Amino acid sequence: MKHLLSTKGLGRAEAIGLLDIAEDMADVANREVKKLPTLRGKTVVNLFFEDSTRTRISFEAAAKRLSADVINFSAKGSSVSKGESLKDTAQTLAAMGADGVVIRHPASGAPEVLAASGWIDAGIINAGDGTHEHPTQALLDAFTIRRRLHGTASRGTGLDGVRVTIVGDVLHSRVARSNLWLLTTLGAEVTFVAPPTLLPMDMSGWPAAVGFDLDAAIAAKPDVIMMLRIQAERMNAAFFPNSREYSRRWGLDDVRFARLAPASIVMHPGPMNRGLEISSEAADSAASTVLEQVANGVSVRMAALYLLMSGDREDS
Amino acid sequence: MPSDRIPGTPWLIRGAALPDGTRADLVLAEGRIAEIGSGLSRAGATTVDADGLIVLPGLVDLHTHLREPGYEQSETILTGSQAAAVGGFTSVFAMANTSPVQDTAGVVEQVLALGEQAGYVTVQPIGAVTVGLAGDRLAELGAMATSRARVRVFSDDGFCVSDPLLMRRALEYVKAFDGVIAQHAQEPRLTEKAQMNEGALSSELGLTGWPAVAEESIIARDVLLAEHVGSRLHVCHVSTAGSVDVIRWAKARGINVTAEATPHHLLLTEDLVRGYDARFKVNPPLRRREDVEALREGLADGTIDIVATDHAPHPVESKDCEWDAAANGMVGLESALSVVHAAMVESGMLGWSDIARVLSAAPARIGRVTGQGQGIVVGGPAELTLYDPAASRVFGRADLAGKGANSPYLSMTLPGRVLATFHRGYATVLDGALRPAGEIRSEPEDNRG
Repeated sequence: MKHLLSTKGLGRAEAIGLLDIAEDMADVANREVKKLPTLRGKTVVNLFFEDSTRTRISFEAAAKRLSADVINFSAKGSSVSKGESLKDTAQTLAAMGADGVVIRHPASGAPEVLAASGWIDAGIINAGDGTHEHPTQALLDAFTIRRRLHGTASRGTGLDGVRVTIVGDVLHSRVARSNLWLLTTLGAEVTFVAPPTLLPMDMSGWPAAVGFDLDAAIAAKPDVIMMLRIQAERMNAAFFPNSREYSRRWGLDDVRFARLAPASIVMHPGPMNRGLEISSEAADSAASTVLEQVANGVSVRMAALYLLMSGDREDS
Repeated sequence: MPSDRIPGTPWLIRGAALPDGTRADLVLAEGRIAEIGSGLSRAGATTVDADGLIVLPGLVDLHTHLREPGYEQSETILTGSQAAAVGGFTSVFAMANTSPVQDTAGVVEQVLALGEQAGYVTVQPIGAVTVGLAGDRLAELGAMATSRARVRVFSDDGFCVSDPLLMRRALEYVKAFDGVIAQHAQEPRLTEKAQMNEGALSSELGLTGWPAVAEESIIARDVLLAEHVGSRLHVCHVSTAGSVDVIRWAKARGINVTAEATPHHLLLTEDLVRGYDARFKVNPPLRRREDVEALREGLADGTIDIVATDHAPHPVESKDCEWDAAANGMVGLESALSVVHAAMVESGMLGWSDIARVLSAAPARIGRVTGQGQGIVVGGPAELTLYDPAASRVFGRADLAGKGANSPYLSMTLPGRVLATFHRGYATVLDGALRPAGEIRSEPEDNRG
């Protein structure tokens, strides 16, 4: 794997292979010494053009557990008018000898531009680009589902027949997009539920069912329900009347949570708006995987860094 | 060209195919087409062998961004004029979004003068509709109209005159001097932060959509306004199938509306946005295959009157970046004729006399520019382009004569090639090469401009 830019371009075998390596990485976390020498002497740059403490420290922990040196580069405000360009930043990092770049950027496609540019010859991991993709989030979600369903027998398995319902702001969600492509590649069936204003204008090419009614979606007893975060700025832009109405129609409140099948899994990529898209009872229940997702994120990111940076990267 | 040629001497063009297909010799003298016929000769004339070439009336671009004054790092009136000449143009209309904005008589006269000084093409300034393109109050349209620049086309291009009352007033006011409002049809609220055509692809790529309805709703409003006040409306860079339908309906109703399509909207589709290469970022954005087909049909049946380039040069750093940060626009003067050839002639939808209409006669008429678009007639101005329709080339950086390298056609194979351009009786391009500015300046003063 040369870069990890999206899950759309990820094949099933490749995805399962990465998840299996993440299983090995998770085993490391249970050892007394939680560290592998794999990337000793290599430098990983966390290049964050957008604040995200959670994702950054997850990548930082992953890189450090693989013994890589980590440089955190926070560069808010990326356009030419605001200061240094993406090109100059990339060339600066190349000159410093970065072997891997983890990039978070508010512009969709920025990691792809970086990978195709020739400005830097490092492996690029997309840590979230605009409203496009967030592939490691989807991989950790798939990993989490697989572990809940198959436990220690997870290795080598996909998510065939697993019914996943993703609820909330699909329009602006890179998590939703990356999960759609990855989960369906792994054999899962994806349903999106959202207010019509928060769905993309044309989803005809998406391998997903789409609905507006959360109660109907819950009545269908999904195996997994994933609640997306509602960003505060959406509330002022006429996507829905107000947070109370959103919560009433599209929030996983206690009543809806009680109607889920007992074995259902409740997921959230965090950070949560408790009481808005998810109730505390649901978030803190045994069905919730919120903290597992955080732990698994480190394992999955270790796997991704390992695949991109250990040995010779293959040209993709 | 022979280096001993005395500036101002006649030209004899031998064996060119006129747009209607007939072969003819032409003599150009004193800025005019002196003779058209067969077996012509003229003492002292410089002969150009045009065997196998088509002679077209000099092309007229109703929509060019020359960037001067204010953005000379992107283009100057000289370099933009050179790009135009290389593309076979003899006249360009310079859009008003300069700095300072072309919203006063002083600025439009300066642009006119710089165009005359360059001498490659007739540079006809466009005036802004509103002061500073701000959309608040009308610019001094009358002063620009009666200035030496004789402005007849007014446009806030880059911005839409979205206020319906202001648009109504502008349409009414320019009737006093036979002006036209060239509208950049883009409903601003529906296109906030828009990055590409809204549809399945924008949904997948996570780029904010620019919906077709944002263009179509403004055009629908404007044709109704034009009908109501009995004014002349021109629609810039039509890009959607729905817009073509609205304009077709308006024309059938007898509304005085004209419309343009750009070469890139006639050839390229939104699929090029995949990969996030900002050379393909343009406003209005590249659309679907169905839209391209509808634009071609509209141009073929006369719903769309003209092709105009929307030549929009940008410095490298404005395109060598992430998609959201990149500037909108493509250079288009140098490639326009080849692209229209590929989209319309090779597809059998237009012949060469139609090309002469949509790229010369009709834009000159809409813009009311003098000395242009009068066709190839004895006594008419010697504004001509010699085009080799059999040529084929991989379009490259060397084919661009302006400052901008932001062409979407780089490394694409395009048909045809402009081999010579004549403006006011002298060559601006000869043997496929631009003549140097020093030679152009040595041409007779009264012919230049």
